[in-house]
Amino acid sequence: MSHATPIASALGGALIGLAATIVLAVHGKVAGISGIFGGLLRRDTTDRDFRLAFVLGLFGGGLVLSFAMPGAFPQGVALSSPLVVVVAGLLVGYGTRLGNGCTSGHGVSGLSRLSFRSLVATLVFMGVAIVTTYLVRHVGAS
Amino acid sequence: MSRRVELGAAFGAGLVFAVGLALLGMTQPSKVSGFLDLAGDWDPSLAFVMGGAVLVHFVAVRLLLRRGRPFVAPRFDLPSRKDIDASLVLGAALFGLGWGLAGYCPGPALVSAAAGEKWAISFVVAMAVGMLVQHAVAERKKTRAEPALD
Repeated sequence: MSHATPIASALGGALIGLAATIVLAVHGKVAGISGIFGGLLRRDTTDRDFRLAFVLGLFGGGLVLSFAMPGAFPQGVALSSPLVVVVAGLLVGYGTRLGNGCTSGHGVSGLSRLSFRSLVATLVFMGVAIVTTYLVRHVGAS
Repeated sequence: MSRRVELGAAFGAGLVFAVGLALLGMTQPSKVSGFLDLAGDWDPSLAFVMGGAVLVHFVAVRLLLRRGRPFVAPRFDLPSRKDIDASLVLGAALFGLGWGLAGYCPGPALVSAAAGEKWAISFVVAMAVGMLVQHAVAERKKTRAEPALD
């Protein structure tokens, strides 16, 4: 457990909770990133300008941080082969839209609203992610 | 005027999200994988991340719901479904699989892509394609279920 960073993690988590709170407090909606981003890809979406503003905030943050905190972004290093990364992206894209949420939507916002649906979703995706990681790291050929 | 406040707040929220994720190392797939790797040298940090986020947000949700309405938008627009169906479980499972494989979930992937990380960019493009496919499949299912009106 040498790389555990509980205090920094909790503080950073509070920032994420704050971001979700801003969206809820101002706009009245759940800050689910898969939903906000997914909505941008649809033709018939509401709040297009809101979604765009949020995603631009994410992008702007990423861009600024790439200069201010370059260590936060491993460059050119992936967990798996390029093909697996692409397949993983497809799975995450399809799965988050099918299940209507991801770690921010179900995990943070859903759990905060005591949603049973979100609890089930969170347990499922965490469980599957843990099993997948085990298989890849301890059983896989790499 | 209020629309500009909403958009400014949305942009600010995205920024805060990005900073929070980066500070936490969530933009590093190896750190995420370290948390998901219960059998290895387990890094429990992600649990503290979610815990911290839910703690803060839970209090805010209670206060906001008691207030009755958001500060700028006219009303809350929250998910109302309570059922557990196959789509939810399957969707969550597929998401978990992808997350475990790449160590990216949507938020960190978008932030990393903007920082120029090429694998995050590939991931985001693939994620967008996956989303578009799901939308198309769902749309087809819907039109098939509706009886023709002629």
